[in-house]
Amino acid sequence: MASVVPLKEKKLLEVKLGELPSWILMRDFTPSGIAGAFQRGYYRYYNKYVNVKKGSIAGVSMVLAAYVFFNYCRSYKELKHERLRKYH
Amino acid sequence: MNENLFASFITPMILGLPLATLIVIFPSLLFPASNRLVNNRLISLQQWVIQLVSKQMMGIHNSKGQTWALMLMSLIMFIGSTNLLGLLPHSFTPTTQLSMNLGMAIPLWAGTVITGFRNKTKASLAHFLPQGTPTPLIPMLVIIETISLFIQPIALAVRLTANITAGHLLIHLIGGATLALMSISTTMALTTFIILVLLTVLEFAVAMIQAYVFTLLVSLYLHDNT
Repeated sequence: MASVVPLKEKKLLEVKLGELPSWILMRDFTPSGIAGAFQRGYYRYYNKYVNVKKGSIAGVSMVLAAYVFFNYCRSYKELKHERLRKYH
Repeated sequence: MNENLFASFITPMILGLPLATLIVIFPSLLFPASNRLVNNRLISLQQWVIQLVSKQMMGIHNSKGQTWALMLMSLIMFIGSTNLLGLLPHSFTPTTQLSMNLGMAIPLWAGTVITGFRNKTKASLAHFLPQGTPTPLIPMLVIIETISLFIQPIALAVRLTANITAGHLLIHLIGGATLALMSISTTMALTTFIILVLLTVLEFAVAMIQAYVFTLLVSLYLHDNT
């Protein structure tokens, strides 16, 4: 089934499952493309949760929670020896 | 317990790449910048804090010293935010590494000393001899003052490292003790837990105070030298 809209301009939720590998390969993986992706992601989060008239503590707390989770994943190797087990 | 007590102070690497760079850059994500007059709450809060601190700290300087305002404000925000982020569970605090604190202390101290020597040579050399010393004591006193001058950057760095590292170690140790005591005697575990809570409150205070002290001392050295 031919697509009416070209594959490159579709958003992720509109891509059909069979077209997914070719959609991923068509993304911009140059350094400036990756930097652009990070910038878009940052501004999407910032404008939704922080840059509002009555921002709450949730905007910053979600970032800090993600930071804690990231550090937990990073030090999981040492932490798994501290589980409550009879035999380690 | 032996090995993993100090495991949280190892510089984090991932696949051989230094992850510590990302962790050092991370606090800057929490301080957005804005060009507007009226901002969102996060930026307004930070502007209020920075104005409060800068008025208090830069008030003692003359116009030459006040050119250092940006440097000192960035310093206190960086050290304060890095120390506070280190109190989150499992996180890595860059200020526990002596290398980083020396990297901050030595250039700033050297900057103040060299500024003093270039602009007010006689006055900065005169700092080596306090007023009204008896004549036989002069050589010894000059030596002592020189030593005390050169120990300033080392003291700055070691003070910050030791305070933050000691606080983190105490939290680890007392937390481990609470956990171990829970199966033995619940009242003792409760006492230890209350000690842990008080210690955490202290650590929050220490985190901010150390930032303040570091910056204040640099500012004092600057005041002597401008």
